Amino acid sequence: MTTIELWIALTLALMMLSAAVMVLLVKNHIAAVAAASVVSLGLALLFVLMRAPDVAMTEAAVGVGLSSLILALALRRLGLWEVDGKTVKPNPLSLNREKRDG
Amino acid sequence: MIPALTPELILYATAIGLTTIGLAGVVLSVHLFRMVLSLVIAEAGVNLMLVLAGYRWDAVAPILTSLGEQPAMVDPVPQAMVLTAIVIGVGVQALAVSILIRIRQRYATLDRWEVAERMDADIAATAGTPRDVSQEAPLGERPLPPIPAKRVDPSGSES
Repeated sequence: MTTIELWIALTLALMMLSAAVMVLLVKNHIAAVAAASVVSLGLALLFVLMRAPDVAMTEAAVGVGLSSLILALALRRLGLWEVDGKTVKPNPLSLNREKRDG
Repeated sequence: MIPALTPELILYATAIGLTTIGLAGVVLSVHLFRMVLSLVIAEAGVNLMLVLAGYRWDAVAPILTSLGEQPAMVDPVPQAMVLTAIVIGVGVQALAVSILIRIRQRYATLDRWEVAERMDADIAATAGTPRDVSQEAPLGERPLPPIPAKRVDPSGSES
């Protein structure tokens, strides 16, 4: 590993650790999901540095894309999707189910 | 003595740090969705640790380019395992999120202690027993729900 790769690894490591701390501390849930996907993105770049390009491709597609998509859609379903302090209501389907259950 | 700043040191510190932060979040977080996110982070740290197990700083990517003399390669076996673990991790996330959706539909909250409280009350109501209020007192004899309760009066004498 050359010096430039060392510095890239150091920067990515700091970014991932701070994003991981942010996931636990930040109040907004959308921001928490975004921070978790930042951790996955840094992990994909670290995999490229560690000579594992196939794992990096999978992590970038599945870990960053699909996982964030699932979590964001779940946020809508759980009623935690807040933009500018306003809660967007979950879709009518889940509202109906709540009425039926309760 | 402070060790020199090598790439392995940085990567190991990142892997251990991510796993620690994720596990601390799983244990400490109150909101259930935050718990799932912490699980994602712990997973990332473990994946990094596994790939790091087969890493050599002077090696090339494990891709055969010619049939002649090969330079040193990193170990491809942990990489293949991690490839599987990433996909399984997304499956685990989807399962956890679907369980969260069911919990919110039934108990209308995602606070950890509140969900535990209502779930306890729900179980006690289903079993027809008084629920234990104290967490410290010994549990005593708690009758097993429905099967013994049905065997007590088989003749239908409960009018």
